[in-house]
Amino acid sequence: MNQLNLGTYASNTWCPGCGDFAILNAIKAVLAELNSEGHPLEKTVLVSGIGCHAKIVDYINANSFYSIHGRVPPVAEAIKLANPEIKVICFAGDGDAYGEGIEHLIFAAKRNIDITMIIHNNRVYGLTTGQYTPTSPLGFKGRSTPEGTKELPINPLELMLASGATFLARGYTHGIELLKRLFKEAILHKGFSLVDVLQVCVTYFNMYDYYTSKVYELSGHDPQNFDAALNKIREWDYNRDAPIGLGVFYKKEMSAFEDKFLKVSGLSPQERETRIKKILEESA
Amino acid sequence: MDSVSVLIGGKAGFGIDKSGFIIGRLLNRLNYRIYIYRDYPSLIRGGHTFSIIRAANERILTHRNKVDFILALNQDTLDLHKDRLKNNSVVIYDSDSVKAEGLPSAGKTIAVALGKIMKEENAQEIMRNTCIIGAFCKAAGMGWDTLEGILRKEISKEIDINLKVCRRGFDAAQEIAKVEPLTQKALPLLSGSVAAGLGLINAGLKSYLAYPMTPSSPLLHFLADVASEFALKVIHPESEIGVILMGLGFSYMGQRAAVGTSGGGFCLMTETLSLSGMAELPIVIVVGQRPGPSTGLPTYTAQTDLHFVLNAGQGEFVRFVVAPGDAEEAYYWSGFAMNMSWKYQIPAIILLDKTLAEGIYNFDATLIKEIKEETPLLWDRQSPYKRYLNAEKGVSPLAFVPEKDTVIKANSYEHDESGITTEDPKATKMMQDKRLRKEKYLAQDLEQYEGVKVYNDKNPSGALLCWGSNKGPCLEVAQNLGLKVIQPLVLSPFPVKQFKEALIGVKRLICVENNATGQLSRLLKVHGFNTDDKILKYDGRPFSADELEQAVKEVLR
Repeated sequence: MNQLNLGTYASNTWCPGCGDFAILNAIKAVLAELNSEGHPLEKTVLVSGIGCHAKIVDYINANSFYSIHGRVPPVAEAIKLANPEIKVICFAGDGDAYGEGIEHLIFAAKRNIDITMIIHNNRVYGLTTGQYTPTSPLGFKGRSTPEGTKELPINPLELMLASGATFLARGYTHGIELLKRLFKEAILHKGFSLVDVLQVCVTYFNMYDYYTSKVYELSGHDPQNFDAALNKIREWDYNRDAPIGLGVFYKKEMSAFEDKFLKVSGLSPQERETRIKKILEESA
Repeated sequence: MDSVSVLIGGKAGFGIDKSGFIIGRLLNRLNYRIYIYRDYPSLIRGGHTFSIIRAANERILTHRNKVDFILALNQDTLDLHKDRLKNNSVVIYDSDSVKAEGLPSAGKTIAVALGKIMKEENAQEIMRNTCIIGAFCKAAGMGWDTLEGILRKEISKEIDINLKVCRRGFDAAQEIAKVEPLTQKALPLLSGSVAAGLGLINAGLKSYLAYPMTPSSPLLHFLADVASEFALKVIHPESEIGVILMGLGFSYMGQRAAVGTSGGGFCLMTETLSLSGMAELPIVIVVGQRPGPSTGLPTYTAQTDLHFVLNAGQGEFVRFVVAPGDAEEAYYWSGFAMNMSWKYQIPAIILLDKTLAEGIYNFDATLIKEIKEETPLLWDRQSPYKRYLNAEKGVSPLAFVPEKDTVIKANSYEHDESGITTEDPKATKMMQDKRLRKEKYLAQDLEQYEGVKVYNDKNPSGALLCWGSNKGPCLEVAQNLGLKVIQPLVLSPFPVKQFKEALIGVKRLICVENNATGQLSRLLKVHGFNTDDKILKYDGRPFSADELEQAVKEVLR
């Protein structure tokens, strides 16, 4: 593969101005970089859920598993367990990963399995035309909550920190250089990594101006320090006005789930038969 | 058929299950053919638990209600089961906690002061079970040495004191019957779950995923125990949804995976079952049935999920469904299901019921054909790879990550041959046709195998129709009453031709099922076959041979 052809013939159906383009461009650049740095593209699998974000796998000419809503982590975990050499990069929406499939996300973080979750967090359901999600601010008026939501959002990074994730970062779709850096660092991190990307949905929840006025890049923060990470993560709770930090909040080296399994999978048919026979004989 | 039945009963926590197994192994060592029925409630301590261990000189697959021995570790055991006693039955009981009064027949009783012996030997209360086994061994005229050998093998903790109290029980009893050793060869003794697990391993299982749920947990426990021996990944994830999704992740990577659950867990799996159908990712699902709806009777038996597994999942897709009826069939058809799942890239469901999953059977390898891991259709690496190539038989060649310069895309959306999402009407129809086309070839393939078993086929005009574990009682009753037995094993795609042949000469078809609505009977109606009578039992308990015989006689009267 001399020239890495990362595009496909699928026609792009994201709205003009959608934050998903930034994620697509950033991950393509990272995949190309990784490929030239000795991690061949064929040893990468992309996994997506369902929603606008998920179309990304149609737009990248790489191995992929276009899964179902909320169910990205278990698929990704099994791919990693089946072959730990594979880099598993997952895309999920906020409705998808933080809503319907939250149990899987928590358990993947708890296991510290080496997969990377990139969350297209636009804080609204786009593909189903504008309903609130687990990270929509209190009072968000969506099509299922015309009077405004009556519940507070969750802070996904705080939840992930509590669940055992060992790499947590936040990006913003207005700022592709930072996204690239975060994606690459997350992918290269050995263990469960999650990048919550503030991805703007221009059609149903355009937060460009708001985010641009609030975001800043973390500096002088020690991501190895759990308490410092927790404090930084709590600076903005996805609801009230506060400065919104971007960058790596938490990073810790820990043993990963996949390393706790046998390297080999299965036995030769002959060996299998011999051992089955032995079990049968012993049961007589 | 000559057989001897032993009932051992007590509270949960008394070690009844283990004791039943030890008695089974003891009789098995004397070369009897064994079947063990296990009856226990959904709790950890208390309640009433019992096992019926039945031994015969020829193969048996069911228990009888009447028993020859009752080993009573508490009063409940006698009170609840005294009706099972025959005229010459023997009751062995703990005289320190049980009163053997008002027993219906003039059978013999042996009182053993279990509590006193435990105290004298400074043994734990749970060891009363080993003590009463010792008494049974003596009463049944079996030698001490065989029992000692089995105890040494089966009991890992505190074997010396166990042997001591067992011997006290042995010495406290008197010989009443003489269970003589037989000359035939002893056969392996295992549960339907273990048999299914071994069949899956033999067909190349690499990972097994399950969330604990009765009656599928024994399969999880068995495979977890042998995981390192067979280099398997056995994982208990966060939920049944996580379970089957992980299964498909392994499958995408080319590694054979199976999952196990019961009805409630299968409910959670259905969305991903449909994903397996759409993305054409092979997966084997073991569904152990228990009575529903909802939580129902968790630890009891039923055959109520046939139509559920046949129809579960949104959309239309091909599936293979098989319901084995004994341990050998559980072994063979589990491996077979794995092979079919990979050959046709479809979900394969192995439908068990609690009776089969947790019942203990002899395993006679000579009754089944060899089953080997078959290589599925693989990409030839010549033409550019298309994951969903519109192939003639609907089966696209498989390739697995990593494959240089090749992209492998699985997709839950409707997709084109390369796996890219499409909503184009022509492509949609083409791909739906491609996927459904597999059923025709699968059905043709299945014609070479015995998808419908027929027994006792010397032209009797009456036939018992059954599926799953009801094969056991039906075979025994049919033999006694001169009836044929027809047992469909494959339930999807339904082997219509084989079933038609099985019906030749049958004038009266009696359907025997553990459900309230006659699910097999209903399935047959769809294929144009009518059943004449239905014998349905849906109280959570399996048919015993004597009970079913009575019911069939009433139908035939």
